[in-house]
Amino acid sequence: MDIFGIPIQALMGQLLIGLINGSFYAILSLGLAIIFGLLNIINFSHGALYMMGAFVAWIGLTYLGINYWVALVAVPVVVGLFGMIIERTMLKHLYRLDHLYGLLLTFGLALIIEGLFRYRFGISGESYPVPELLSGGFNLGFMFLPKYRAWVIAVSLVVCFGSWYIIERTKLGSYLRAGTENPQLLQAFGINVPLMITLTYGFGVALAAFAGVLAAPVFQVNPVMGSNLIIVVFAVVVIGGMGSIMGSIVTGLGLGLIEGLTRVFYPEASAVVIFVIMGIVLLLRPAGLFGRER
Amino acid sequence: MKPRILASAIAAAALAAHPMLAQSATISDGVVKLGVLTDMSGTYSDLAGPGAVEATRMAIEDFIANEKPDFKVEMVSADHQNKADISANKAREWIDTAQVDAIVDLVTTSTALAVMKVANEKNRISLVTGAGSTPITNEQCNDTTVHWAYDTYSLPVGTAKAVVQQGGKTWYFITADYAFGHSLEKNTADVVKKSGGKVLGSVRHPFPGSDFSSFLLSAQASGAQVIGLANAGNDTINSIKQAREFGITPKQSLAGLLMFISDVHSLGLDATAGMYLTTGFYWDRNDETRAWSKRYFDKMKRMPTMVQAGDYSAVYHYLKAVKSAGTDEAKAVMAKMRATPVNDFFAKNGQVRADGRMVHDMYLAQVKKPSESKYPWDYYHIRQVIPGAEAYIPAAESTCPLMKK
Repeated sequence: MDIFGIPIQALMGQLLIGLINGSFYAILSLGLAIIFGLLNIINFSHGALYMMGAFVAWIGLTYLGINYWVALVAVPVVVGLFGMIIERTMLKHLYRLDHLYGLLLTFGLALIIEGLFRYRFGISGESYPVPELLSGGFNLGFMFLPKYRAWVIAVSLVVCFGSWYIIERTKLGSYLRAGTENPQLLQAFGINVPLMITLTYGFGVALAAFAGVLAAPVFQVNPVMGSNLIIVVFAVVVIGGMGSIMGSIVTGLGLGLIEGLTRVFYPEASAVVIFVIMGIVLLLRPAGLFGRER
Repeated sequence: MKPRILASAIAAAALAAHPMLAQSATISDGVVKLGVLTDMSGTYSDLAGPGAVEATRMAIEDFIANEKPDFKVEMVSADHQNKADISANKAREWIDTAQVDAIVDLVTTSTALAVMKVANEKNRISLVTGAGSTPITNEQCNDTTVHWAYDTYSLPVGTAKAVVQQGGKTWYFITADYAFGHSLEKNTADVVKKSGGKVLGSVRHPFPGSDFSSFLLSAQASGAQVIGLANAGNDTINSIKQAREFGITPKQSLAGLLMFISDVHSLGLDATAGMYLTTGFYWDRNDETRAWSKRYFDKMKRMPTMVQAGDYSAVYHYLKAVKSAGTDEAKAVMAKMRATPVNDFFAKNGQVRADGRMVHDMYLAQVKKPSESKYPWDYYHIRQVIPGAEAYIPAAESTCPLMKK
């Protein structure tokens, strides 16, 4: 059976791959959305922190013998702490200023971090092996699905919806949301708002690092892996609606699928299709698909 | 008084209008200046970049030590960021204000073509080692450009022929969607067909990319025995890594049409063992290549790629030509460069043709298995030496007007 001249098997394979890429978009854009929603910072260093996650995992494996499973937990903590230091020492001075200042600072940080890694490791990067437990794959009939890719989809869905649940459906989440609406009032209730903001930024950064560790066995670990991805992820956030948690998850997965389809029907356009959609969405719904007009 | 002022003004104007006259047959301002224009931080910075600057510096130092010229040699370098406009502006600035005589490296086709044009207008020399497309010595050739290390015609001559002879008859291409990728795909497809193989199709990916699984799946669905990777740098690295993950290799085999030793180093032998590739230089080929490469390694902590070794070779040949011509005037130096065969660790009896192509032997290499690699950077078996006459476009097929047919 063919759809527009493409065998249905091939189409299903491509859709599945789209979903895998969508998983990365979703985790990264989720981190961005949390940081923007709660801190009002457009975190341009997100891509660099994702790259850092992958590199810290590689360094851990190569020099310290830390395996993938430990790295999956430890690396986000380490990079998250690094993020909190950034927040405490630099970002916290910018909350009252225009978005542009936060954007410029984080963009500068991204360039510095990338530059340091490029200086130390060169541009071709390093290879991170697929963990033994997840090597090999399943034959689905229409395609060969590497076990590792299946794991990426599963774990990112859990992490994304888990984060959404915490923020939207728990007491802790309600503090976070209240903190963005009216920090003074929340402080008056005895909640340490600055600490909460620091932890939130750390969590957003940890998500980026987590995506980095997930990506390490799939992509070559190199200093520009983040900057290749970050622009797409920003487009995802804009389409989903800046700051919308569910919007970023759904849009991330959805755009991965659309990109996958484009690669079947017109591969040359697969790099721009997301931006075309962004343009259309901005024209029709400037606040994004899931965003609220302020 | 007045007529004299007028006369000297006319004389000055005449001199200014004829730079050849003004320079006469000496070294302009007593200094020969080289400009290394390369990718210092982007996708190609490992295969050229800082290593290209170091190789040029080594060539200058060796030339001064060995040939004891009566002129000074200086070097400047800059990052062209793989952008044609930046390259052209930098070249113009260097030539106009810094008296640069020759520009070296130029690592993407678009930058090479832009700089070649500017340098030619201003009667300066371009030594292209990094870029690989054939238009550099064909449609867009000029008389002050030399193309040194390799081109997209010479790469498939080794790799594609060898793979077809080994039984890889049906091909599918994954191609980087820009001038270089198209040029490489076309040249390879020609070789495949000529050698009795068949091309089943191709897919073009945006440059640069990071996820190649969709394209690999299309390649897998085509059922082709060989997947030709008409891309370079990190795109090739990620394609190879992901092909392995999706179980495409070893059922179908991959042919990296432009692979550098820096790519193999970064991927590791596990991922690349058995692959064929064509190269203009391998550090461990003989005593001469080893001796130079070890000196380079001491400085850079990496073995040189063919681009970096080519930079040294091209710069040294250029400086020798300046010395024997007794001038740094481009046309005179070019004549000397063409007249003198290139004999160094990089090339034996290399010949600079009228179209600017430096014709030299190329090597068909096969990547060693991890068990066969005995020491660091011991990566290739050299399977075949491809004579220069076979490796490069024959005069009869050239579209460069400078080639007499």
